[in-house]
Amino acid sequence: MESKNNWKAWLYLAPVIILMSVFTFYPLINTIGISFLKNYNYISQSSDGFTFDNYGIVLGIKGITRFGHTTYMKDVIDYAIPNTLIVTFVTVPLSIIISLMISIGLNSIKFFKRIFQTIFFMPYVTNAIAVGMVFTVIFDRNGLFNYLFQFLGTSMGQAWIDMGASREKAMFALCVYIIWHSLPYKILIFLSGLQNIDQQYYDAAKVDSTPKWKVAWRITVPLLSPQILYVMITSFIGAFKEYSSVVGLLGQPGTSSGSKNMYTVVYYIYDTISANNVHYGSAAAVLLFLLILVFTFIQMYVSKKRVHY
Amino acid sequence: METKNLRLVIKGAQKDTNTTQKVDKILHIIGMTLIYVFLAIMALIIIFPFYWMLITSLKSTEEIRRTTQTFFPEVVMWSNYVDVFKRFDFVTYLRNTLIVGVISTLGTLITTIFAAFAFARLEFKGRDLMFSILLMTMMIPGEMMVITNYITVSNLGWLKDATGVFTSMIVPFWISVFYIYLLRQNFKQIPNELYLAAKVDGKSDWSYLWKVMVPLAKPTLITIFILKLMGAWNSYVWPNLVADKEQYRLISNGLRSSFSTVTGEPQYGLQMAATVLVTVPLLLLFIFFRKYIMRGVGRAGIKG
Repeated sequence: MESKNNWKAWLYLAPVIILMSVFTFYPLINTIGISFLKNYNYISQSSDGFTFDNYGIVLGIKGITRFGHTTYMKDVIDYAIPNTLIVTFVTVPLSIIISLMISIGLNSIKFFKRIFQTIFFMPYVTNAIAVGMVFTVIFDRNGLFNYLFQFLGTSMGQAWIDMGASREKAMFALCVYIIWHSLPYKILIFLSGLQNIDQQYYDAAKVDSTPKWKVAWRITVPLLSPQILYVMITSFIGAFKEYSSVVGLLGQPGTSSGSKNMYTVVYYIYDTISANNVHYGSAAAVLLFLLILVFTFIQMYVSKKRVHY
Repeated sequence: METKNLRLVIKGAQKDTNTTQKVDKILHIIGMTLIYVFLAIMALIIIFPFYWMLITSLKSTEEIRRTTQTFFPEVVMWSNYVDVFKRFDFVTYLRNTLIVGVISTLGTLITTIFAAFAFARLEFKGRDLMFSILLMTMMIPGEMMVITNYITVSNLGWLKDATGVFTSMIVPFWISVFYIYLLRQNFKQIPNELYLAAKVDGKSDWSYLWKVMVPLAKPTLITIFILKLMGAWNSYVWPNLVADKEQYRLISNGLRSSFSTVTGEPQYGLQMAATVLVTVPLLLLFIFFRKYIMRGVGRAGIKG
């Protein structure tokens, strides 16, 4: 009976195991392998042997010598990494704070709750490219953003994302879009957490006539800490991988033709495929993987220590 | 004694309970109003891009480029929705996306049902280890896989013709660890007694799975179906790599590539008409399957 069940179970698992071997486990090993190959060409499957240089070249520390010339590849260190970090450390905290406020507000009302909930979830069921293009129209030099915020100093004709816009301005537009797009998921998770908080904590606070903001800060937020931590880590990881928002908003990796000033790490990785530079792309992917791994372990460690259950 | 006129007086506070209650009530109303105002403002901000998309799709290019922006089209340009089909091959992209979406969803459902059944119901050596390995793969960013997978499908010769391109957009997506996890949780809730009863009746595992477990897990299966379909509708990166010919493109790639070449004034009216065409099906799906979508997405955040 026991052994009969054994082979049967593996038969049920066979499709998953076969597909994952080809499309998950093998790529994992192969990509790490490629990242250590010199001048790898995936079309001819040839390379000039083993090297550590790809990592240095991607990070702009090591030069590429060709015909006696040494050039440094600065796109990643100058644009991709800083942009990714800016996006991460601007959008994650802001969107968490905003979505926390919205969720706490939603949780304390009775009327129109369902309508609000539906509206706040709507950005989740949208296509990142499509809505990105809507933000393109809003942030156009003759668009609504310039028109609406003239009292704050914007003026028609001022470029945010079009040709010639500065990197800071384009980053601002990008962050606004990313925050807008990332709220619904967080609100959903926070709301489901809030609904599980025992009412008696609030009743106790009522007896003590604790002020509302104090209730929110001292009771709601600590009791919500597992969800906050979960959302924090998933959004950090999501922000490290930001890509389609840039494609949606700009359609290209820079604010002027040929420029890469809006690169993100993942944008760079995908660009190496069409440029047949996958050994650099693989090195960047391995670095990204390690970064995400570190964050995941921090999450596991912190969640054991800090979180109030 | 007449209790009607009896009042409790708090000593020292010089306020009776009536006034405190009144003050509390006023504070409560003020607080509630502030919450509603805040939520209403945020809801406006959230909904605004949708409104702007719709409005812009009905404006003429001249009106869009005007220095005084209008919040309602002066002349409603329904013709944008006719002209958009000249530039944006919606029908082809829609067909491609549905082919890829439906076939990859059905494949995923089959592999997910089998795997979840094995993990939830069958006893075998290495089950827990195998399950943890699967869960761990969720931590690996997809970017690690994309490069090699691209090389794999191009070496398999899949990028040469229509069948190959569609195969490469479908087959790698026939597995989803998260859905296996979701369905396994659901299968585990089905009481053991049902399984034992089926065994007594002489039913095989196979017929138990299809006759009992699958029907009971229908809500989760619907959730998986819809989320997966939405995934195909929104997928951009992989199709963009493998479907480099116009006629193989999926909806997101089609949308981006149809409006990427900026020559002269951008025709935002047409562009927004196209985004409306891409957005509305998703919103319809959301309206009809709200419960399933929110349940599936929310499940990720609940521990245990």
